[in-house]
Amino acid sequence: MSERIELAQNAAGRSVPTMVNGRPQIPFLGIGQYQPRGRKAAPPIFSSKDYPENGDKRVANLETALRNCGLRNGMVISNHHHLRDGDRVALMALEAAAKIGVKDLMWFPSASFPSQQGAIELMQSGVIHHIEGSMNGPLGDYCTQGKMRGMGVLRSHGGRWQAIQDGEVHIDVAVIAAPTADAFGNADGSHGKSACGSLGFALADSMYADRVIVVTDNLVPFPCIPWQIQGNNVDYIVEVDSIGDPGKIVSGTTQITRSPDRLRIAEFVARFLREAGIMRNGFSFQAGAGGIALAFVDYLRRMMKEDGVKARFVRGGSTKFLVDLLQEGLTDYILDGQTFDLDGVKSIGSDPRHVATSPFTSYNYHGKGNFASMVDAVVLGATEVDVNFNANVVTHSDGRLLHGIGGWQNCLAAGCTILAVPSFRDRIPVIIDEVTTLTGPGELIDVVATERGIAINPRRQDLLDAVKGSSLPIRPIQDIKAEVERICGGKPARPKLGDRPVAIVKWVDGTVLDTIWQVS
Amino acid sequence: MSGVNTLAIPHPAEAGHWGKDIRSDLHVSIEPRDSGGLEITLESRVGLYYGSSILSQTRQVLESLGVKQARITIHDEGALPFVISARIEAATKRASLGTDKKVLPERAALPKPSPRDRLRRSRLYLPGSEPKYFINAALHGPDAIILDLEDSVHHAEKDAARILVRNTLRAVDFGGCERMVRINQLPLGLQDLTEVIPEEPDLILIPKVERPEQVSQVDRMIDELKSRDRIDRPIWLMPIVESALGIENAFAIATVSPDVCALTIGLEDYTADLGVAKTLEGRESQYARTRLVNAAKAAGIQAIDSVFGDVGDLAGLRQWGENSRALGFEGMGCIHPSQIPVIHEAFAPTQVEIEKALTIVAAFEEAQQRGLGVVSLGSKMIDPPVVERARKLVVRARAMGKA
Repeated sequence: MSERIELAQNAAGRSVPTMVNGRPQIPFLGIGQYQPRGRKAAPPIFSSKDYPENGDKRVANLETALRNCGLRNGMVISNHHHLRDGDRVALMALEAAAKIGVKDLMWFPSASFPSQQGAIELMQSGVIHHIEGSMNGPLGDYCTQGKMRGMGVLRSHGGRWQAIQDGEVHIDVAVIAAPTADAFGNADGSHGKSACGSLGFALADSMYADRVIVVTDNLVPFPCIPWQIQGNNVDYIVEVDSIGDPGKIVSGTTQITRSPDRLRIAEFVARFLREAGIMRNGFSFQAGAGGIALAFVDYLRRMMKEDGVKARFVRGGSTKFLVDLLQEGLTDYILDGQTFDLDGVKSIGSDPRHVATSPFTSYNYHGKGNFASMVDAVVLGATEVDVNFNANVVTHSDGRLLHGIGGWQNCLAAGCTILAVPSFRDRIPVIIDEVTTLTGPGELIDVVATERGIAINPRRQDLLDAVKGSSLPIRPIQDIKAEVERICGGKPARPKLGDRPVAIVKWVDGTVLDTIWQVS
Repeated sequence: MSGVNTLAIPHPAEAGHWGKDIRSDLHVSIEPRDSGGLEITLESRVGLYYGSSILSQTRQVLESLGVKQARITIHDEGALPFVISARIEAATKRASLGTDKKVLPERAALPKPSPRDRLRRSRLYLPGSEPKYFINAALHGPDAIILDLEDSVHHAEKDAARILVRNTLRAVDFGGCERMVRINQLPLGLQDLTEVIPEEPDLILIPKVERPEQVSQVDRMIDELKSRDRIDRPIWLMPIVESALGIENAFAIATVSPDVCALTIGLEDYTADLGVAKTLEGRESQYARTRLVNAAKAAGIQAIDSVFGDVGDLAGLRQWGENSRALGFEGMGCIHPSQIPVIHEAFAPTQVEIEKALTIVAAFEEAQQRGLGVVSLGSKMIDPPVVERARKLVVRARAMGKA
């Protein structure tokens, strides 16, 4: 990466590279401004003649499967992250690739986790050239310190589907960890000792990759019922003892935060939905699995009961708290993108009203609509928000990678987007003049709820009117910012970022929204 | 460490806390020396953003304390400026330097003076050496916060907590909350007063009061400090009665000074003194609590109940609070913000009570207008004390936003 990198200013005023990993890039043009034409990508045509008539696609091990798939230098290998920090399959696949002597792979996970820091050694030894996918912890540091050979590309869950579908990323071999599968390749995540709930993140990989390998530790006789991955897309099945550590795949019981400040934020958000009239019969909402979001669901549940209000659907990240809503009749359906705890896994495996979705149905921007924009309200976190409501979710204020984008960007399409954040963390103000890394444009962010008050985006006069006269502490965002700066002893100094791009942040339409710069 | 000998030779010392689980605090160690000026080493969780500000604040504080030659090492876990000053000052004084000086942070606006009979349903205890709880305490809406120097502060930390509490009173905006300080038992409590009274807290809680003289001693000391510093706003006293003897002397304690605005009870120590177990029903303290209420009412002041120790049991808390209100108490202590709304509900008059009181007050006002000496409601005559109680209830209910 010693060559000069051309930079251009995008519509958000951010400086972004025009060429990344050998592919020309389109700088962000503004929301809804980029409309690509042409046809979607597609895998090659295959013939049943080349697959066993008895449907048994098993091979002895991953090495054989990868060899049979024709894995070679410079190819793209993908994994999903439904097994979260408990996943064993991604590293198993990459190490098998190393064993057969393949180099310079692009690893394309739907997200990476701290337990996969073994990927660093594989980058050092040349097996992996670079990673396109979320990186945090040691992997994130490796990237932001400029040690990766290629550039990191951060995409939302919807953006990853869009990139695969639009042909921006061509997956040569997808390796899909499956908690249950049959020998034909039908696979599902809701049963088995390593059950993880939905397998939605692997769906695009199974449909668009040239070759697909399913790895399972729970092989059942055909047919695997239900299936989310269709065996007709699968080349090989590999049976292993364990695809992951169940204790890390799902958490036992997800705990609500006990911090009084965070509880206060959660209660504000629930009251806001009630008082703004968003919480009404037939409404819908989405909240993640963070401490504030869980507490928010719990407060909202009580208010829905008090007011006799029922939701049509809720979107997860599902946890016990959403499952409780379903079981108490407070929602008709859970549309689940990923399943975080044991209660969620049990529910998705047994209750037909708890439905597995995919980034295609929920998030993909280059489709005929998606669910995200039909959700009435979404509650999200952020590391920083600026006075124009632009938000950062991927980096610390010092520019180091912290989180993947996840579904965060896609969720901004909801009717009311609420960021639930403390006003400062460890003396570091969350509301600042300008975000370190732009992940979400302010025009899509409607409300910032902190423990010191709720700021409504002036673009949303309707929301301002809706809560006029309520007892909620509605305040201008500048006001909250000024108070926090007083408490913290002035504005924080802005850390110096480097001038060499190490990763980019894509917008949901595949254009480049911002750049992650090298930090020392 | 406390009660520093001012003639001691300067020596290395430290103050504050740091580590993975510590937040909003810092650890300062100081090594006085004879030459070489100030050498400051800083490691901070927020160094990138506030490192230079922390360094310049450190220099300023040391300069104000008259420290010119020393090696200072700071481990900062995101402490706010008023905490940084307090910890540096504590370490410096422990090193026998700057013992006659203090470094005060910028003063937040003083709230209005506290009326003697203000609403005191809930008072949130904040351990005096845990700065992370201070800044957001008022957001949770207790009627009062208590900066505690007594039981929640380890004996070896008393000196540092005193300085921290002083800075907190000065720098932190507690909004509409009454600002209370629980001092230590005398004589240690007198040192606490010297440090905190100049920052004009609204109320001092005096622990383990058994005899009226203990209250007089505190009262005299406060008066001296107030007149020295020309403080003319009230600083109320709330004695905590925590023993059998204290209960026997409750009325004398309540009436010893016009500054005593309320009596409260400490049930852990009281039950220990009796040699009985403290139970959820509280039968063992029924006598003491009713006796305390009676003494307070006889003295024309408020009676305030103890704390409810089980933070997880909000239903139990609610029941305790309702029972407590029925006995004549007007509030209780909280040890977690989640207890505040429950206590406020428990101590609020019921809607039926409020409506009845409003009817009585309306009948009284009508009788006044018509020049009638006797108030009647339907066929019933209403006695003056009933009218008075109804008026008090309406005033309280309005203050709670209930009527």
